Amino acid sequence: MSNAPADRRYARSHEWVRDLGDGTVEIGISDHAQSSLGDLVFVEVPETGRTLAAGEACAVVESVKAASDIYSPLSGTVVAVNEQLASAPELINQQPYEAGWIFRLRPADGAGVAALLDAKAYLAVADSE
Amino acid sequence: MPFIPHTSADVRTMLEAIGVPNIETLFEEIPSALRIGALEGVPSALNELQVLQLMSARAREDGRPLCFIGAGAYDHFIPSAVWSLITRGEFYSAYTPYQAEASQGTLQSIYEFQSMITALTGMAVSNASMYEGATAVAEACLMAVRANRKSKSARILIPRSMHPHYRAVARATTANQGLVLEELPFARASGQTLAETLKSYEGSDITALVIQQPNFFGVLEEVDELTDWAHAQGALVIAAINPTSLALLKPPGQWGAKGADIAIGDGQPLGCPLSSGGPYFGFMTARMEHVRQMPGRIVGRTVDLDGRRGFTLTLQAREQHIRRGKATSNICTNQGLLMMAGTVYMALLGAQGLEHVATACMSRTAELVAALTALPGVRPMFGGAHFHETVLRLDRPVAPILEALAARNIEGGFDLSPYYPEFGPSLLVCATESRTSADISAYALALGDVLKNVRAA
Repeated sequence: MSNAPADRRYARSHEWVRDLGDGTVEIGISDHAQSSLGDLVFVEVPETGRTLAAGEACAVVESVKAASDIYSPLSGTVVAVNEQLASAPELINQQPYEAGWIFRLRPADGAGVAALLDAKAYLAVADSE
Repeated sequence: MPFIPHTSADVRTMLEAIGVPNIETLFEEIPSALRIGALEGVPSALNELQVLQLMSARAREDGRPLCFIGAGAYDHFIPSAVWSLITRGEFYSAYTPYQAEASQGTLQSIYEFQSMITALTGMAVSNASMYEGATAVAEACLMAVRANRKSKSARILIPRSMHPHYRAVARATTANQGLVLEELPFARASGQTLAETLKSYEGSDITALVIQQPNFFGVLEEVDELTDWAHAQGALVIAAINPTSLALLKPPGQWGAKGADIAIGDGQPLGCPLSSGGPYFGFMTARMEHVRQMPGRIVGRTVDLDGRRGFTLTLQAREQHIRRGKATSNICTNQGLLMMAGTVYMALLGAQGLEHVATACMSRTAELVAALTALPGVRPMFGGAHFHETVLRLDRPVAPILEALAARNIEGGFDLSPYYPEFGPSLLVCATESRTSADISAYALALGDVLKNVRAA
């Protein structure tokens, strides 16, 4: 049984979005996602400044035997990336909701967030997989 | 699972299981206009005896001419041990193994190949081989587009002094993938690609610059200057190199201030016979920061649970069985057997042996050029430093001359005129360590004779 903090929203493709309150959001992958992938060995983050459409593949997380795309839950512009992941991809395994964040986005509009799941709805999706 | 073809009873059972009347039905979704009925031009089957007779007759037609053609494939001496060793049952396969880690010997040999290629090129990482030099150039261009994330143009500069077949293959492979290959002019006097002629490209978005060393004319490019120029433009540097030449020349890992980003080449000079154009193998190396964008397989060394040395396929998440459509390439099986020939060849010769080969090639070619340019109407096209081939300017059309030489059992060189019409009649000649002084005198004598009989233009 994985956990999903209630202070953020989730995409069905297992990314979380946290509102940072300054017009930007932080994005990472859920505890369920990291435990399904296993030990991560590499993370390819998007470039700062890149414009993303909602649902666009923008990052890759790689474990020993698998690689998965990360999709941007919202459309917007990448304002920061977690540089620490380059040398410490295991941060995603250890702290998926805190130190393991992947990138920060300035959303193009506020509309997309409402379409995302709350923690309870997301856990129902994750547990049904 | 036994490796026995399906019997008609097997096929029937399988078709019944999926409820399909015949195999043809499985292909119905392909529009009939796209399907080929009969294969025109493919003759009917021959039995083994007939094939042997046909191929022996063809081989006799080839004869055993004295070869002075280089142009990307070189008639080097191959120690007998190379092919005796690699045709052993343990090695004799074109494939990297499917149960990879169960085949530790194969993985170790690939690891040794990678180690020797990185030592030769001065680059950080090598893959397990490519098909040959031309497709290695194409794959390097695709890799550069993935690796140079700052560049958005997918624009690659390729010197016109690069092998025309390499350019054609790179174009054919990348044209439908959105890459733009732009050809760079070379200096007419020296045959070199000069940074000072590249001013018009400065300040624009360039993904990569390809540099062939030595270039197609055998001329040595100013690799340091070109590498630094490309890096200053934010472009990656793809080095296309002749492996034999690296025994004498600066390895691409040391070009300019930063070194090349990707270095590729044809491995044919390392133990592969000319054999009517192949099969050969290619090699590909890169800086470590680009390793995840590299195509092909990579073998790594590791330790097992008991701490013993073992070999494993590594970084497989780039590959098609994991990344599917987003894989770095569809190369998984490569030229395993030819790569092995290269490995045994390099191991037998060692660094010193390869240096002897390279030095002998250079002095043989110098001897050849001296002998041929002593003839009236034969002049060197370019001055400057060459490796083991060079361009000669002739005062009359080359094709009939080569034909007359072939009749005397001499392959006199590669006719450049169709590829570089601005040169007029021009011939690329090469002498490897396998050509003796007697061979060279025989060529000069024959050419002198032929020139008397073939009319000047």
